[in-house]
Amino acid sequence: MTPGPTKIHVQRVSKAFGADGRSAPALVDVELEVAERELLCILGPSGCGKSTLLNIVAGFIQPTSGSVLVDGAPVRGPGAERGVVFQEYVLFPWLTVAGNVEFGLVLKGLAAAERRRTVTRYLELVGLGAHAEKFPVQLSGGMKQRVAIARALANNPAIILMDEPFGALDAQTREVLQEELSRIQRVEHKTILFITHSIREAVYLADRVLVMTSAPGRIKQVFPIKLPEVRDRFSPEFTQYESAITRTVKEEVAKVHE
Amino acid sequence: MEWGLRGSALPPRRAWRLRVGAIVGFLVVWSALSGVVVVLRLFNPIFLPGPWLVIGKVLELGVKGDLWMHVGATLQRVAVGFVTGAMAALALGIMAGQVRVIRNLVEPIVELLRPIPPLAVLPLFIVWIGIGEASKVGFITYATFFPMFLTTVHGVRRIDPLLLRAAQSLGATSLQLFHRVILPAALPEILTGVRLGVALSFFVIVISEFIGAEHGLGYLINDGRNFFLVPQMLGAAVVLGLLGYAGNALVRLLERRVLRWQSPS
Repeated sequence: MTPGPTKIHVQRVSKAFGADGRSAPALVDVELEVAERELLCILGPSGCGKSTLLNIVAGFIQPTSGSVLVDGAPVRGPGAERGVVFQEYVLFPWLTVAGNVEFGLVLKGLAAAERRRTVTRYLELVGLGAHAEKFPVQLSGGMKQRVAIARALANNPAIILMDEPFGALDAQTREVLQEELSRIQRVEHKTILFITHSIREAVYLADRVLVMTSAPGRIKQVFPIKLPEVRDRFSPEFTQYESAITRTVKEEVAKVHE
Repeated sequence: MEWGLRGSALPPRRAWRLRVGAIVGFLVVWSALSGVVVVLRLFNPIFLPGPWLVIGKVLELGVKGDLWMHVGATLQRVAVGFVTGAMAALALGIMAGQVRVIRNLVEPIVELLRPIPPLAVLPLFIVWIGIGEASKVGFITYATFFPMFLTTVHGVRRIDPLLLRAAQSLGATSLQLFHRVILPAALPEILTGVRLGVALSFFVIVISEFIGAEHGLGYLINDGRNFFLVPQMLGAAVVLGLLGYAGNALVRLLERRVLRWQSPS
């Protein structure tokens, strides 16, 4: 897949927390462009500010300096063109699976027939067609995250921001969902910003992998992943990327422990 | 599922027999006691009429038609007072749960007034608003407000902020956030408040009907006291008990329906 024009432009973004805005710098001068239809993974040690960066792009928090442009227009708050998938799933527990997937469509005031068509389509896409009438408490973690992904996709955003979406899942479920996300992305072609701890996950999914430094977070290195769209976790090229990125990440993790 | 109970689970029919048996046993003991009083001439039996006399009195009032008028009067006061208090508590509670400034303004006043037993301010209501209908309804409004306000604030405050973020990034406006996220997310606590408020309404209405009322179940009790009609006093109390029970059962039914998502079958 060839990357398109710049979709997200993170312009010299810095973020400091604390009342005086100086006490704890979380991000320093992050400059980043994500191309349309690109899946960019952000890797880094715990506390490096990768979730902060995602929250700034989502519009949940404001940067201390710098700005985020989407299609050239500055982000001022959360919006429907940037869907978010959280690590904690964050489904609406009082709505059924179908009700959750439908949520954004109801907000837009779409007609019931059209909503039903869209809900069916995306529940089929994530393999939950048979569970439309269940409530979130009845679902496993993997199923909840599928609902959350379907909910984000059904709203048809240009951008999807994923904050360690598979971090709370067991290893098997995790790999299955990675494969599904990769398959879905070959159909949907969204611009995806994907935060993860897992190097294997990043190499499996990403068009580019961005490694951040330990706190305060800066961009350390960017690895374009030149592998076929359908990837083999056991191919020698895959392993090469994995070990190269692992070395870079280890340098940063070591700094945390010094 | 209930935890901490001794004994193995009872089959439903046996549990029902125990429950019905307890009520029958209660009536039998009551009958026996009032019978003993009559037989042994312990004191004037007028003080402790048997259950059949009380039930007979209730039926008599029911047939004569007076009972319905009294029940209607009480229920109307409870309904108007409760709904007014609940609406005010809901509106203020949701605002106080979300806006820090409002919370800091409202909470200290509520915390100061709340420990005062509502009954203590009833005479003030009468002095300020008079002895008529307004002070009775206003008094229920006042009493209902506190539990509803506190549960609403609590419900709104414990909403997971991520739910709000999720809704916002699906395109929710503030109005949509309010009725599609905040209200349903706080609903379990709000309904607990409704249940407490309904119970408290029945609790306080009787006393306010002791004073300057011409009808209502509280009036019936007070009227019975003035004229030494013990069966009438007990009968009105029984009817109040049944009404309170029905009110509680109604709210529970509502809870089971709208909170089905918490434990769907």
